[in-house]
Amino acid sequence: MFIDTAATFDIRDYLRKEMMPHFLCPGCGHGIALRALLWAVHDLGIDKDKLAVVSGIGCAGRLSAYIDANTFHVTHGRPLAYATGLALARPDLNVIVITGDGDCLAIGGNHLIHACRRNLKLTCLMLNNEVYGMTGGQVSPTTSETRLTTTTPLGNQEPHFDACALATAAGASFVGREVTRHVPKLKELIKAGLEHPGFAFVEILSDCTEIFGRKNDMGSSSEMIMRQKSEIRPSAYRDTVEMPFHPNDLPTGILSRNNRPEYGAVYRRAAAMARKGAS
Amino acid sequence: MNAFDITLSGNNTMKLISGNHACALGAIAAGCRFFAGYPITPSSEIAERLARHLPEIDGVFVQMEDEIASMAAVIGASMGGVKSMTATSGPGFSLKQENLGYAAGAEIPCVIVNVMRGGPSTGMPTRPSQADLMQARWGSHGDYPIIVLTPASVGEIYTETIRAFDLSERCRSPVVLLYDQVIAQLSETVALNGAGSSIRTEREWATGPRSAYKPYANKGNSIPAMARPGEGYRTHTTGLTHGEDGFPTQDPETVTRNLSRLFSKLERHHDMIDSWEALRCDDADVVIVAIGISARAAMRAVELCRAQGLRVGLFRPITLWPFPERPLCQAAAQARAVLVPEMNTGQLRLVVERVLGGMPVEGIHLFSGEAITPMNIAARAVALARGT
Repeated sequence: MFIDTAATFDIRDYLRKEMMPHFLCPGCGHGIALRALLWAVHDLGIDKDKLAVVSGIGCAGRLSAYIDANTFHVTHGRPLAYATGLALARPDLNVIVITGDGDCLAIGGNHLIHACRRNLKLTCLMLNNEVYGMTGGQVSPTTSETRLTTTTPLGNQEPHFDACALATAAGASFVGREVTRHVPKLKELIKAGLEHPGFAFVEILSDCTEIFGRKNDMGSSSEMIMRQKSEIRPSAYRDTVEMPFHPNDLPTGILSRNNRPEYGAVYRRAAAMARKGAS
Repeated sequence: MNAFDITLSGNNTMKLISGNHACALGAIAAGCRFFAGYPITPSSEIAERLARHLPEIDGVFVQMEDEIASMAAVIGASMGGVKSMTATSGPGFSLKQENLGYAAGAEIPCVIVNVMRGGPSTGMPTRPSQADLMQARWGSHGDYPIIVLTPASVGEIYTETIRAFDLSERCRSPVVLLYDQVIAQLSETVALNGAGSSIRTEREWATGPRSAYKPYANKGNSIPAMARPGEGYRTHTTGLTHGEDGFPTQDPETVTRNLSRLFSKLERHHDMIDSWEALRCDDADVVIVAIGISARAAMRAVELCRAQGLRVGLFRPITLWPFPERPLCQAAAQARAVLVPEMNTGQLRLVVERVLGGMPVEGIHLFSGEAITPMNIAARAVALARGT
């Protein structure tokens, strides 16, 4: 059954108004991702008091401060590790991690693969804008080849990560990807991630217009977001889009999912048995 | 009954256990219910003990992917309201520093055990050292206050671990428990007086309406009350400089006010934090200043000197940082010379020289991976006492 929650969702119910205006650049895709997340939270009826958002450092990391919940803006690359401690200590909380491509895949890469392997109930949103925006536009692990950044003046020569393939290979029990162009689709994907009973990895393709777009002459923010429609071909829409105008096939939607046991529950069950045995 | 059961029962019983074992039991007695760690010699026995015992008391043990992650997980658990600890040794302590600074700045209680082994770098994993005194104080970037405790016996590891949690909660500060490989793996008889005692201190929790609560407000004692997630306060915690409301700011006045409160936090609670032992210092011509296993050797050296009629005493900081400056000045007031035996190249001596400005301070510095013997210390103390 289709319920139009857009009518009842008011983002202002979930934002800290005292933090406005926000600090994101005009045209930045991160605001769209934040909206999709809060819309998903609304749809699922998650209690703000029981919502914990842990974020790292960078543009994506700053989003937690805008959310009216229990929010933790931690150290660079470490939000998954902080969230692991928080979720293990407080299984009653809904713990969401917001991270960026540099935060998650470069300095935090080790934490990501082990979070995927451990399968603790966490929802990790990785906002991928292909660049270190906060520090002025340096190359990141997801920067496409040949792209110009302040540290790749000759064009990026390093191959980039496919974050979803990495997460899947590391054992994540839920992996999905969506573009900011398709907000309802993105919201549905985040909802599925939040409902998943294990570790959910969601990659959100976002646009950095001011830094990355400008450097690479990619046009205005509206042109960049339209490019998501014209140049890439989300697999979810494979049947409805015309091939010749959409040359780059990008898998989106839920890419892999399984129901292997959630770590926190497994640990608590074993602990309960140990207590029973001891008494 | 094993030592763990005794700790839980609250009975007072003597047990023969190792230093690391005592640390694990002290943590449980203090109410620690979360441990995240990473294997490293010579501290791993703490993790191994807690991996077994924490699940038995509804606590959580997790072995993380690295030292950085284990420190992060400990802070994450404490932000959730659970008393938390990690344990490591030199190379791991270096990696903890990043998030330790976060705990200091965001004022998240936690306990970090550093069992000192020989360095630099991988150094001597199975050999003792006392070379992390300065790192424990200044290891993370930026100015920040921190409490560091240096027990000198297995029994004291037990009681100081409990005190570490107590101070951490009361001051909302990370507390480092610093001891060397010798007492970590030495077995001694310990009085376990476990659970149910007055030491189960908890941080002050936020109460009252959300509208009236400011996460970093100075209520007069410089230590703000903390909001427990899930109780409706919905606060923001950040490693950025923040105002009383917890949100990032670079406003010079707000930054100065809040950092001044942070720096004053320990300074104004010396009475609560300071701990030291002054042994026969009252009439001492020579005062030995030492911590940990070196202080144990110095105690024997004092006896040897006194047996020869020489007036030698020992001043032993138990709280190393903030350094008990006034007590040291009092203990050494009548001394002609001060001797600092330590297993490093002069870290404690540097502090003693500063505190006693102008007084002759001599060091015995051993960094061979061996402990300093009573005879080493006594020989120098005798010479100093006789003025030769």
